[in-house]
Amino acid sequence: MAILSVNKLTKSFGGLTAVSDVDIKLQKGELVGLIGPNGAGKTTVFNLLTGIYEPTSGEITLDRDGKQTKLNRMKPYKVSKVGLARTFQNIRLFKDLTVLDNVRIAMNQNINYGVFSGLLHLPSFRHEEKRIRKESIELLDIFSLGAKVNEKARNLPYGEQRRLEIVRALATKPVLLLLDEPAAGMNPAESAQLTDTIAKLRSDFDLTILLIEHDMSVVMKICERIYVMDYGKVIAEGTPDEIRTNKRVIEAYLGEDAANA
Amino acid sequence: MEQFLQQVINGISLGSIYALIALGYTMVYGIIKLINFAHCDIYMIGAYTGFFCMTSLNLGLIPSMLIAMVLCMILGAAIEKVAYKPLRNASRITVLITAIGVSLFLEYGMMFLVGANVRAYPTMTGILAEKIHIGDFAIPVQNFFIVGITLLLMIMLQFIVKKTKLGKAMRAVSLDADAARLMGINVNNTISFTFMLGSALAGAAGVLVGVYYTSINPLMGYLPGVKAFIAAVFGGIGSIPGAMIGGFFIGMVEVMVSGYASSLFKDAVVFAILILILIVKPAGLLGKNIREKV
Amino acid sequence: MKNLFKKSAVIKTISIILIFAIVQILLLTNIINDYYFTTLVTVCINIILAVSLNLVTGFTGQFSLGHAGFMSIGAYTCAIFTMRMSSTLGVGAFLIGIVLAAIAAGIVGVLVGLPTLRLRGDYLAIATLGMAEIIRIIAVNLDITNGAAGLSGIPRDVNWFWLFLFTAGTVVLITNFLKSTHGRSCISIREDEIAADSMGINTTKYKVMAFVIGAICAGVAGALYSSFFYVIKPDLFGFLKSIDILVIVVLGGLGSISGSILAAILLAVISTMLQSFAEVRMVLYSLMLVVIMIFRPQGLMGSKEVSLQLFSKIGQSFKKKRV
Repeated sequence: MAILSVNKLTKSFGGLTAVSDVDIKLQKGELVGLIGPNGAGKTTVFNLLTGIYEPTSGEITLDRDGKQTKLNRMKPYKVSKVGLARTFQNIRLFKDLTVLDNVRIAMNQNINYGVFSGLLHLPSFRHEEKRIRKESIELLDIFSLGAKVNEKARNLPYGEQRRLEIVRALATKPVLLLLDEPAAGMNPAESAQLTDTIAKLRSDFDLTILLIEHDMSVVMKICERIYVMDYGKVIAEGTPDEIRTNKRVIEAYLGEDAANA
Repeated sequence: MEQFLQQVINGISLGSIYALIALGYTMVYGIIKLINFAHCDIYMIGAYTGFFCMTSLNLGLIPSMLIAMVLCMILGAAIEKVAYKPLRNASRITVLITAIGVSLFLEYGMMFLVGANVRAYPTMTGILAEKIHIGDFAIPVQNFFIVGITLLLMIMLQFIVKKTKLGKAMRAVSLDADAARLMGINVNNTISFTFMLGSALAGAAGVLVGVYYTSINPLMGYLPGVKAFIAAVFGGIGSIPGAMIGGFFIGMVEVMVSGYASSLFKDAVVFAILILILIVKPAGLLGKNIREKV
Repeated sequence: MKNLFKKSAVIKTISIILIFAIVQILLLTNIINDYYFTTLVTVCINIILAVSLNLVTGFTGQFSLGHAGFMSIGAYTCAIFTMRMSSTLGVGAFLIGIVLAAIAAGIVGVLVGLPTLRLRGDYLAIATLGMAEIIRIIAVNLDITNGAAGLSGIPRDVNWFWLFLFTAGTVVLITNFLKSTHGRSCISIREDEIAADSMGINTTKYKVMAFVIGAICAGVAGALYSSFFYVIKPDLFGFLKSIDILVIVVLGGLGSISGSILAAILLAVISTMLQSFAEVRMVLYSLMLVVIMIFRPQGLMGSKEVSLQLFSKIGQSFKKKRV
């Protein structure tokens, strides 16, 4: 059973159909790309998967170790608890909070003490806080952010902010990670580093990854499969080589003449 | 039956007042997404201006109302320039708190200047003291006057918004200020103009209230202001027809509750309507739900 | 690192005991007389109100203009109970009264919070304002609250011990809360609600949590108020009172607990100085609100706290200058 099954997913905003009959299947452990021209509906798909938008029709099913959950009308926080995490196209860090706090907040669902204990700083509070602090710093260290633990997120350089968003998403202990244009605004050296990071992510954290990206050097290098969207529909699906030579894809990106050239 | 008719007429008159005030709230909210807490105090200053024009300067009702409207226009534009413009890019809470501050400043400043006592508008003479007889019923001319002026102002407003360049600019800026700026619209002037329009209407409402209810005091704006805002929310904040409908609706509800249930709870009912509409349909009757882009 | 933790906890506990003891002594020797004590009571009640409103508005980002409404519920609940039971239960009546006040305010907090906290900034502000007004109108029209005339002759059970206990207690509990994961979750809502939601934070739950904690604290403050000033009327807890509290929070800094405490003290001093110019007070207050928002919206402390680290930083900068 695929870890993620999206069937005929459709989303209309009044008269505008942003996403139309989209089918996506992800097997456990895959690293799949989602590409397409601007406005194709890729981020809308992410928003539908994570519960920020409700689908107009269609189904989203997450299969986690045999247990299936329909994600259709779930609120975002519940979707996160079920095992989906994401990063945002325009970074949405908690800018005025420290790097450490950004990560610790994402760990909230895995922390075990009640409000009462929090109010009185009982032993369970102290114990759990120590554990979270340790886990957060370890996670940050893996991504070379350990030294900036007490820095405000807004003070980090751009590339590190993007990394922090990924760390924060990982802190929710997901099984499926949605990355929305993680390479946006990066120079070639940074993109190359990001490519390695994403590959490492998949293996070290046992994740399935769906990646929206415009930077083809990243996509073609690490994605095993690619979905291509245009005007809200999936127009092609296949391996990087298949997609590279797909006429419809070329047409969507470069226009009819290029496709026929 | 006569009592019912009288209540309906009261409701329409009160509704007109609320509608005039609500229009100011809705236009300002539509264009810069701000609840202008100070709006109801501009209404109060309109009432006082009318009062001073009629008593100290011995002017007639219409000239006094016009002067009140002009003064309020200037005041509204001034407040926008001094207090709200510097905060165009600030957080919502910051601007809201500023608006509250301006409102309190106007209220207590007025109290300081003219005293907290209630003042009485001069009694109307001539035609405005008369009643019109329709069949068995006698309806005061004042009611017709209020509704008439209100309708006239609303028609003028609709004309300005729909048929003039400034009106078009207002609509453009409320949809997308940046795009409007790129199209060559002077956004700052448009915003000032919006404030001026709303304030003029509030000033007129103030004078009408003085005429109808005869008593004015520095804190008279608070309650009508909140209710007018509720009316604007009910009709759909940002929507001009919505504010008009909302105003009449709230006015009618208040008079009916007061007349047939208990006048003690009339305010509570209006507040309850607010809570209800925010829960059931926050966009109001004619409003649109604007989503945050993720 | 652990040693620093324990050290700061010890220092904090000692300072709390010291503050209590010093004031108690000043009271016993009448250096703090009745007049000053009244000011002290006002300051402490305002601290509780400001810190709890700051939790809701400054830290969780939910703009509540109805805080005084919860104060009203607490004041009336406690007063109604103690007025009837004080003769039989003595101070016990007061303590039960405070607990009842907290519970009542908390329940109303849940009832008000659940439907309204879905609303965004400006709408929430108006909705909470409306709720507080409804509470006030109900209080004006009920027999048990004695309508517009209010209640008088409320048993005066508040002394420095109880006052300090509840004030320090509120500050400590809220500060603790903000350091816990629940507090952090609340703060994340202020920072970016959609991101918080996406990271697994049940934003509704935490908004209501902060709101209810704020309501409970305001209820306790109300109970303390009625049990000291022994006369309460519905109009005392209207929109103006909510604004009063908001001014303190804004002046101190939305997001700074120590800021709220400092501002409460500062504004009490200013208020006392302005007592002879009562009409000017509100004019100055409102002007201050506008000026602060335009020129220093972060208030006195911004979102920083007075802390031991701050003192050591200041100390270090002095050392450096000498070299």
